[in-house]
Amino acid sequence: MKQSLINYIFQLADNKLILGQRLSEWCGHAPELEIDIALTNIALDLIGQSRNLYSYAAELEGKGRTEDDMAYLRDCEAYRNVLLAEQPNEDFAYTIARQFFFDVYNHLFHKELVNSKDEQLAAIAEKSLKEINYHIRFSSEWVIRLGDGTEVSHAKMQTAVDDLWDYIGEMTTMNETDRLMLAEGVGVDLNKIRTAYFHKVKEILAEATLNIPEEEPFQKGGKDGLHSEHLGHLLTELQWMQRAYPGAQW
Amino acid sequence: MDKKEWPLWEIFIRSKSGLSHKHAGSLHAADAEMAIEHARDVYTRRNEGVSIWVVKSSEVIASDPEDEYMFESAKTKIYRHPTFYDIPEEVGHM
Repeated sequence: MKQSLINYIFQLADNKLILGQRLSEWCGHAPELEIDIALTNIALDLIGQSRNLYSYAAELEGKGRTEDDMAYLRDCEAYRNVLLAEQPNEDFAYTIARQFFFDVYNHLFHKELVNSKDEQLAAIAEKSLKEINYHIRFSSEWVIRLGDGTEVSHAKMQTAVDDLWDYIGEMTTMNETDRLMLAEGVGVDLNKIRTAYFHKVKEILAEATLNIPEEEPFQKGGKDGLHSEHLGHLLTELQWMQRAYPGAQW
Repeated sequence: MDKKEWPLWEIFIRSKSGLSHKHAGSLHAADAEMAIEHARDVYTRRNEGVSIWVVKSSEVIASDPEDEYMFESAKTKIYRHPTFYDIPEEVGHM
């Protein structure tokens, strides 16, 4: 039970850390100064949320590890984030599509997680939800503006949606950890939010005048530690400093 | 690549209820709603505000800095400052 709870917390925390790290890659490179600030703000929100969760996981584990050990000293296969979170930024349209697909899930998920029997998780969810409410507004508005924008922005947005579509099913697909935690009254029933998820995604894509891909999104594995090659590169950058200079502080 | 600049917006922030909106600065945004979102991120992330106004910079009508008569006559009327009255000590700090 305890190990399953820790795994469950990693599933939540790793999504946030990895996506936060991806977003922070835009720092200093975004198409506009204002977007630079917006994306890094969201990155900071997500990384902040992951810290609460890592601290909780470290406390449950009781082996003296800290939130930093969780973030900086685990290898790829120990990460439990969904494959969507680790997909590269590519361009602004990809970044927005990835964020939108994730935010819709994250929003629905946290609205359920606040009812968790685990009081610590419920409290973290409550706090996170305040930030996520804004994230989903930001990314949805951008999907609509780019999709229903110019010919170029529409084409780029459509490509991003088509390419990332395969990865969006995993978020609302239960794995063993999800099932165990649901049975304990701790976790969220992903089957319950799956319908609402696809409904919301399709509603916004339609408003953005984008085509909705028809195939069933099939990619999964991240939640069980099976990742794409992208995660290793991301972790290299994220963890380099602590690996090269163990325990370094500033 | 042809890159059109986003229009410029003037941002006004009300720091708490009861106070007036104050000009905080300006930023670029694709449209009015986005200007509010950008203003939220740029000017209120340290809890500086409870309300945001955005105004398209091109809609602002400004006085002409070259207009010498605009402020000239007020310069010599220092008696318009309320510093010429004797305030009884009991009133305290005003």
